[in-house]
Amino acid sequence: MSASAGPAVRPRQPASSAALHATLVFFGECWLLAAGAIAAVVRGRVRWRDTLAQMSAIGVGSLPIVLAITFSTGAVFAYYTTAVFVRFGAVNYAGGTLAYGFLNELGPVLAGVAVASRSGAAIAAEIGTMVVTEQVDALRAMAVSPLRYLVAPRLLALVIMMPLVGVFADAAGVYGAYLMSGAHGVPHQAFVESVRTLVDETHLIRGLIKTVWFGFTIAIVACREGLATRGGAAGVGRATTSSVVLCVVLIFVSDFFLAQILSGGSVGQR
Amino acid sequence: MSVVQVRGLGVEIGGRQILRDVDLQIEPGEILCIMGMSGSGKTTLLKCLSGLRKPTRGRILIGGEDIVPLSEEQLDRIRPRIGLVFQYAALFDSLTVRDNVAFGLEHHGQRTRAEIDRIVRERLADVGMEGTEHLYPSELSGGMQKRVGLARALATEPAILLYDEPTSGLDPVIARTIDDLIRQTRDRRGVTSVVVSHDVPSVFRIADRIAMIHGGTIIAHGTPDQVRASDNPHVREFIGLDLAP
Repeated sequence: MSASAGPAVRPRQPASSAALHATLVFFGECWLLAAGAIAAVVRGRVRWRDTLAQMSAIGVGSLPIVLAITFSTGAVFAYYTTAVFVRFGAVNYAGGTLAYGFLNELGPVLAGVAVASRSGAAIAAEIGTMVVTEQVDALRAMAVSPLRYLVAPRLLALVIMMPLVGVFADAAGVYGAYLMSGAHGVPHQAFVESVRTLVDETHLIRGLIKTVWFGFTIAIVACREGLATRGGAAGVGRATTSSVVLCVVLIFVSDFFLAQILSGGSVGQR
Repeated sequence: MSVVQVRGLGVEIGGRQILRDVDLQIEPGEILCIMGMSGSGKTTLLKCLSGLRKPTRGRILIGGEDIVPLSEEQLDRIRPRIGLVFQYAALFDSLTVRDNVAFGLEHHGQRTRAEIDRIVRERLADVGMEGTEHLYPSELSGGMQKRVGLARALATEPAILLYDEPTSGLDPVIARTIDDLIRQTRDRRGVTSVVVSHDVPSVFRIADRIAMIHGGTIIAHGTPDQVRASDNPHVREFIGLDLAP
């Protein structure tokens, strides 16, 4: 049979092989973006004006959503658990248990998910639009690195702002739990004493370390998805969706490992 | 000596040959128009010349230096010598006209704000857009955006200007204004210009030389008169010589 007849047909990759290839490409590109952006920050080649604008957009923009989500979750969490504490006569442990869970886990993770949904999506959409309207090409044509101009300020802003957002998330969540517990039979004094007994600054710091990692993840994934945008408005939509989905998945998966690493096997101990 | 030399250029994307065996020489201060149908590879060639796309094979010599093997950081050394005017202007939509034109100056060099403001005013005046510094791109028409795009490209005083479809989507009057601007820019500044277009009247109005690209390769090359006299059927069809009256 003649091999020269007709156009060359490329062998199709099996689905599993294509998925593995796409995954490796994704992490490879994220690694290159992160390395380039960190190098730009270390060399002091990031404009503070751009970084401050991003910090404002991320911090101020995300805060109302984060406060609403964490306050509600804290209150609902307390609503279900307080009944159990009252039933077993353990009201003196309610406040500490709720605050322990919030500072270590719920506050950072909920803040991460809220920022990924709000700021991560905005970053992917903005950069994606810049790609399809050739604004990123215009940057490169003017010898301005998109890594330095777009990625590094967003990375820096998210890494700086996420712990601050995390503190507000913790405070709102614990306050929601405090109010709801009080309404369901846990004396306010007992709640506060319990928090003082079971929780200290190491739990807060542990949670804030998580938020730094989540901020880093959101910045790199959102910028990568934005820069990889292809195909006009529909492509921007796809980039925005995939940015949120990937960020949320990576936040939960990395949280599993961070919990093990940061607690060092001493869960429940002060 | 040629400002730009392209030798044996080939580009393959996703197994499809976009450009093959492209050879070009661009002389100092001339306007070379590259014309061809949509999808013929014109814009890909322009992106290769500006270093935005790596060709699969071949060489591109800018001022005698081959830019194909250069890294992104090494290309940044060459890029200030090349200005690129995008098809849809590609102005930064979050910045004002002033900040768009000043962008390259603010990111490179040590000019004071007063100097940059003066250059911005001069470049906007060159393209007939004075007094628009405070406007955002969304407040400008397509033709005005293209003029600001040209002002932005001119701000850093490049030796070579690349235009991607400068008249596409514009009415004939505005298109003629843009053509005049391209010629004036060359006449005033001696800038070597490469214009990619499928607008035949515009090409014949401004070109010193024309290269016709078809199926990813150059099928005719010469002065407007030489191209007009070509007996290549694709060239004759494209420039309308074989159309019934």
